[in-house]
Amino acid sequence: MNEQKLKKIKQRLEESTVGIAGAGGLGSNAAVALARAGIGRLILVDFDKIERSNLARQYYFLDQLGKNKVDALKENIKKINPLIKVETIKVKLEKGEMEKPFKDADVIIEALDDANIKKEFIEEILKKLPDTPIVGASGLSGYGNSDRIKTVRCGKLLMCYDERAKSCDDDILMAPRVALIANWEANLALEIILGEDK
Amino acid sequence: MSIEVNSKTVDWIKDETIEKFLKRMKYVFPLVIVKINDKVVPKQDFSKVMIPDKSKIAVIHMISGG
Repeated sequence: MNEQKLKKIKQRLEESTVGIAGAGGLGSNAAVALARAGIGRLILVDFDKIERSNLARQYYFLDQLGKNKVDALKENIKKINPLIKVETIKVKLEKGEMEKPFKDADVIIEALDDANIKKEFIEEILKKLPDTPIVGASGLSGYGNSDRIKTVRCGKLLMCYDERAKSCDDDILMAPRVALIANWEANLALEIILGEDK
Repeated sequence: MSIEVNSKTVDWIKDETIEKFLKRMKYVFPLVIVKINDKVVPKQDFSKVMIPDKSKIAVIHMISGG
């Protein structure tokens, strides 16, 4: 291992903040991946509480049922690395002020569930925080078909995208594909922060 | 005379609006984000904005699930 590369990566990540909108299947798994990678600060935004059905794919445990997702996620991240700064914001993102929690993030990860809200969030961030890169995801339901997932890059927006996937209203959400895309989002966030890995 | 749509090359048609372009491409999803040369075009402008030749276009449709 190249010591110099390692040191540079470590330092750059420690100085960086990633904001995550949503702490469900995408958000919880992406946050844990970034925590393990050594990100310095996370901003977690979600208003929801943990239900039993969430355990099928979200990074929570039985003894956390009923807790606020962002509080439980902070707990789990602190068990991995107590030095990471974790800010938890318990609000429902409302149209017109969706960018507010993310103003000082270096990268924003869209990890919301409803297609309408995903669209509104991405559009609002692109408009109000035009200099902040945003990573989004669309098309994660089902199983298999990993090879259909790709990154669509357009300016500051990077989408993990499977255009042939069905809506989660018509298909099942399962841990492997959800975690795959969550980690895909986290990986893109690293690439944005560190630059292309040559 | 061509445009690039999600990294694929597609014919450019003169005076084609985004609305017509989406129909031609059979993108019939209700929730799409359209970016032309890195600029997001709001939905209310889809019937007005013409696609310039050699544009780079991203069309992403939002699918529920998170």
